[in-house]
Amino acid sequence: MTSIFGPYVAREPGSGEYLQIGFHPNLFPLQERWRNNGLSADFLAGYVSTFFPGDEPGENGRQIEVKDAVSFIANELLENSMKYSAAVAHGIVTIEVFLEMDAVSIYATNSVAREVIKPFQDYIGVLLTEDPNTLYLECLERNAEEDTDDASGLGFLTMLNDYEVTLAWKFDAGGTQPTVTTMAHLTV
Amino acid sequence: MNISHEDYSVNYDESSGLIQCEGSFRLRGSEEYKPILDLLLGAADAAPDHLTLDLRELKFLNSSGINTLSKFIIQVRKQPATKVLIRGSTEHPWQGKSLKNFQRLLPALELVIE
Repeated sequence: MTSIFGPYVAREPGSGEYLQIGFHPNLFPLQERWRNNGLSADFLAGYVSTFFPGDEPGENGRQIEVKDAVSFIANELLENSMKYSAAVAHGIVTIEVFLEMDAVSIYATNSVAREVIKPFQDYIGVLLTEDPNTLYLECLERNAEEDTDDASGLGFLTMLNDYEVTLAWKFDAGGTQPTVTTMAHLTV
Repeated sequence: MNISHEDYSVNYDESSGLIQCEGSFRLRGSEEYKPILDLLLGAADAAPDHLTLDLRELKFLNSSGINTLSKFIIQVRKQPATKVLIRGSTEHPWQGKSLKNFQRLLPALELVIE
């Protein structure tokens, strides 16, 4: 059973210019795995940025902006995916980056525990309907007040608030192992 | 006071009120950020006249790091006499996007990105 939230765009496997990396989080402890999130995100960002040169020869401002943005977004998506997949036996994580003339779309897919699905979908409903500016500050104030670390929520809110990313999700809850795919679409 | 790691460092000079963060902050959650948060909260609670958070050499900050720095700003907010300056760099585009949110938490905060 598939559920879509937000303006999710499905991609045909193997179509267009794309990169895909797959992980099996349970093969290594999450602590050891964590460092690879940054390496993977920086690799994807470096690769993608070469396709967006500056408007003038020698001008690399646009490349630096794209690289910086993709690095943050991919890192956040991977951190979320690793965290949630690690809680599932034999969990999987994949990250895919699709390139267009003026946009980058990043898809992170991870296994997700069935009991997490409903609260996550409820939260997505809030993200898609309420003002991200307001939600962002409320999240920071609440985390300080309660001394908590709602990093997943803050990651999405930072993407929406600071990078003007379009977010969407696809849940595949059928079968023995439910998965969720987060799509982050960035205009460059 | 100094925290030194392969990927980052945090240096706090109590006499000048200068806190310098360098490298990449990609730590996993509040537990791993605790030493950095403790250093920052200690600086805030000392209630000095000035505190400068120099992020010009901070190449990367994940959302847990944003959360940590925000907790510091919110703690400093409790000391109205402490003037806060955050210094950033245009070399790191994320700073132009994200650091202004700290001014929304503390409007009196001075932000210089150059």
